[in-house]
Amino acid sequence: MLQALEVTPEVIEAEKHYREMGLTDEEYQSIVRILGRRPNFTETGIFSVMWSEHCSYKTSKPLLRKFPTEGPQVIQGPGEGAGIVDIGDGQAVAFKVESHNHPSAVEPYQGAATGVGGIIRDIFSMGARPIAVLNSLRFGQLTTGRVKYLFDEVVHGIAGYGNCVGVPTVGGEVQFDDCYEGNPLVNAMCVGLIDQKDIQKGIAAGLGNTVLYVGSKTGRDGIHGATFASEDLTEDSESKRSNVQVGDPFMEKLLIEACLEAINCDALVGMQDMGAAGLTSSASEMASKAGMGMEMNLDRIPQREDNMTAYEMMLSESQERMLLVVEKGREQEIISIFEKYDLEAVAVGKVTDDKQFRLLHNGDVVCDIPVDSLAEDAPVYHKPSKVPAYYEKFQAMPTYQPKVTDHELMLETLLAQPTIASKEYVYDQYDSMVQANTAVAPGSDAAVIRIRDYDKALAITTDCNSRYIYLDPEVGGQIAVAEAARNIVCSGAKPLALTDGLNFGNPDKPENFWQMEKSVDGMSSASLVLNTPVISGNVSLYNESNGQAIFPTPIVGMVGLHASVAHITPSFFRAEGDAIYLIGETNPEFGGSELQNVLEGEYFGKAPALDLQVEKERQDQLLAAIQAGIVQSAHDLAEGGLAVAVAESLFSSQGLGAIIEVSGDATTALYSETQSRFLVTVKPGDQAAFEEKVENAMMIGRVNATGKLQVKQNNDDLIHLAVTDLEARWKGAIPCLLKSKA
Amino acid sequence: MKKVKIHITLKEGVLDPQGKAVQGSLNTLGYQSVEEVRIGKYLELILADDANVEEQVEEMCKKLLANPVIENYQYTVEEGVTQ
Amino acid sequence: MKFAVIVFPGSNCDRDMYHAAKDALGQEAELVWYQDATTLENYDAILLPGGFSYGDYLRCGAIASTSAMVKELRVQAEKGTPILGVCNGFQILLEAGLLPGALLRNKNLKFMCHHEGLIVKNNRTLFTTDYEQEEEISIPIAHGEGNYFCDPQTLEQLKANNQIVFTYSNNPNGSIEDIAGIINEQGNVLGMMPHPERATEDILGSADGLKLFTSMLKNWRESYVAGA
Repeated sequence: MLQALEVTPEVIEAEKHYREMGLTDEEYQSIVRILGRRPNFTETGIFSVMWSEHCSYKTSKPLLRKFPTEGPQVIQGPGEGAGIVDIGDGQAVAFKVESHNHPSAVEPYQGAATGVGGIIRDIFSMGARPIAVLNSLRFGQLTTGRVKYLFDEVVHGIAGYGNCVGVPTVGGEVQFDDCYEGNPLVNAMCVGLIDQKDIQKGIAAGLGNTVLYVGSKTGRDGIHGATFASEDLTEDSESKRSNVQVGDPFMEKLLIEACLEAINCDALVGMQDMGAAGLTSSASEMASKAGMGMEMNLDRIPQREDNMTAYEMMLSESQERMLLVVEKGREQEIISIFEKYDLEAVAVGKVTDDKQFRLLHNGDVVCDIPVDSLAEDAPVYHKPSKVPAYYEKFQAMPTYQPKVTDHELMLETLLAQPTIASKEYVYDQYDSMVQANTAVAPGSDAAVIRIRDYDKALAITTDCNSRYIYLDPEVGGQIAVAEAARNIVCSGAKPLALTDGLNFGNPDKPENFWQMEKSVDGMSSASLVLNTPVISGNVSLYNESNGQAIFPTPIVGMVGLHASVAHITPSFFRAEGDAIYLIGETNPEFGGSELQNVLEGEYFGKAPALDLQVEKERQDQLLAAIQAGIVQSAHDLAEGGLAVAVAESLFSSQGLGAIIEVSGDATTALYSETQSRFLVTVKPGDQAAFEEKVENAMMIGRVNATGKLQVKQNNDDLIHLAVTDLEARWKGAIPCLLKSKA
Repeated sequence: MKKVKIHITLKEGVLDPQGKAVQGSLNTLGYQSVEEVRIGKYLELILADDANVEEQVEEMCKKLLANPVIENYQYTVEEGVTQ
Repeated sequence: MKFAVIVFPGSNCDRDMYHAAKDALGQEAELVWYQDATTLENYDAILLPGGFSYGDYLRCGAIASTSAMVKELRVQAEKGTPILGVCNGFQILLEAGLLPGALLRNKNLKFMCHHEGLIVKNNRTLFTTDYEQEEEISIPIAHGEGNYFCDPQTLEQLKANNQIVFTYSNNPNGSIEDIAGIINEQGNVLGMMPHPERATEDILGSADGLKLFTSMLKNWRESYVAGA
């Protein structure tokens, strides 16, 4: 292990030990240039974590610059712990998504749990009270014992942590595809509510001010977690188990309460979570952002283990720790708050004005480096990019046009596909209602959290159909953003902004880098047209196992605002006699569809097309109709097309049924995944008003009380099935897969 | 110093779903001979030398460490332990 | 009427309880940090909220039950002050011996969170007079250890004294006799796993929990008038 041998600067250079820490020869040389000398062991470690992809975004930075990040609603864009948007009345919401893919692949329970803990800390370190967590998960097929284990443990980990800290887990998505088998994705999003006057920043301002360490003691856990997250997963990863941090949600809960109490005290200057790269990144970033330096005495760091070295303390990723900067002389005011919660709060250093990051340990200076060099001088790489051969092949293919003959069987099959099937097994394990603000619980298009004491609410969703993005990263990237906005609009809210969780393979492969580039282009253009700037995000690269990359999976987390709680609209049918409308025309588009998955077991051809202007118009019109109070329910059409959307709309509506009429090619009408379509119900008396407001809306049927779903073409029944039977298949699919022997 | 090793187990007759799940897994792994699994807790306490160790541990178990409604406890005391 | 909501380290439904008493019921309510009060003399009712006091370490509610605050709860229970413990609050009441029995892990070993149907088995307690006897109500559950257990003699006593206040219509966790909530013999300490405070407004999916709070208020008013 690295900590066993603290070699001299000369030996680090001669034997290239920096490579074990993840630095390249060129990077090492530029460190030598910056310092004017060889870095010692601790300094080399500090540079290696700060210059890792996880902390420096050295590969993705040129792409991230393309995102639109501004708008009148944006209070804080990328760069802080989380982005913040204005929701009126002096209030704001802070939100961000973060990945914990690699830790979860190795130790799924703790990996997922600490992922939730980390993103929650990002939110309350801004001063916001966390009000919702969502999770976007990807796994291989639920047919092998290993995948079942990963799935179950990730869900347990999220539940174990999230439930304890008292933040409701209100939604997210879970999808299953072969490409995630060895490299599951665990992305967590947290949303916090804050009064604008209370917004905190992670800055170490004010010469002489005191640096306070609060929370858990520092142990040897997670050392080099940040570099670990920036490498491919190999068979060897199992043996890296010690890299995985262990979470203590009880400690986190105390930290939340103590930190939110501390922001009311004006002795607090800045606050930041010790996330990836622990003490190193929080301390150096806080100093760098303030244009100051920092000096810390590591002897004062609360330590859980004996004889820890400076290197170990600086790189430890022990959880539930925060760094605060407080006004000199007023430390006790803040310390008392933490003492109330039985939390340790120790003065470990001070703000300096020499812009140096200086660390003392056992009387020696163990680190003395220009603080800005850690954040600002990190290399930026413009990786080569190349159009993959598969893409050119797919684009040249003729339109894929499947033909389904037994529609009843196909609908039953689609509803039992794990990606479409009910995720009740998952979300029932999450406390989705704590805080008593959950107006729409998991299982809908978007979760809805009402804002207490105001007539408004927040809609929150995460989305990403990576199959489309694999087939066509640019269009797929647009669709990811458009689908998230669609879900927000269906719930009755106006989309405000988004956070992105960019999960890709190894960027050193030009084909992978091309996927990144194009999906970012697609997301950027969609964000611009739909007016949902990107306010925060996370990048996770090297998501490969045994040389095989995952599908490009840039997850979109989006928040929208309900101007009134009266606008909250369910996704399920509500009353007998309501007219069922389909908004948007349907074309034969099956590339990347669930039908293609069922029939072919693979994805090929073109992704569905998307016209952003049409998307925007339809969303605006639907939202206007909802706000006018003439929409009973709204649901977007996604995987499985119209047939699945109609069935899903009946599952929460006790005893209701529906009859719909399709025209043209029945396979296209029922299962195509053409974009920008919505399924809407309207009371008979409101139909005229609705048709006036919403173009391209075709009435396709009515809700009835038969308890059956009937799909007709001319005078034939294509489908005529009891809703309860369909619902049983949809709900039973995942528990059934988990029970069956691998 | 003295080291006290405490085993806390569920009382007979109290359902132990966790034990049942583990038993099921062991059976699936081929260990057909496993007829029952009961899961409990193990605690180690280091106590300063004191005449009334037994009495105190007895009290600790009753007051906090075990819940007499559903749990039994057993303990052993090792003398002369150094930390 | 003035409610105290006791906050232990790790409580997480304290604010929900507070809002139920303060906003939904429209009465006075205060959050009381477990170390901040030596007496609860000045409150008309005490609410023990759900959550994970002390991280559920050792056993749910066990560590909180050894606090000085719980001593004061015993005093108030003795005096007849209404005490409602929900979820982790129920677990604390059991660990403290203020109610009989214990809670085990759910029979499927999983945390579960959803609305459940409850049957009001005793509507003559000071917490339930606004319900009909045998009324079915919808209240959310959110727990991993809500599987109520007691020995046969205790169960007989609970039945004989009408101490079973709520049962589940579809037992989700394996509780003996479908028990969801019980009251002490004296009739002033109610413990239940489901969360009435999460069901006090229609926007939350059910307002069926509100009657529990209105019952408390009504009975307090009556006893106040009677005592005056």
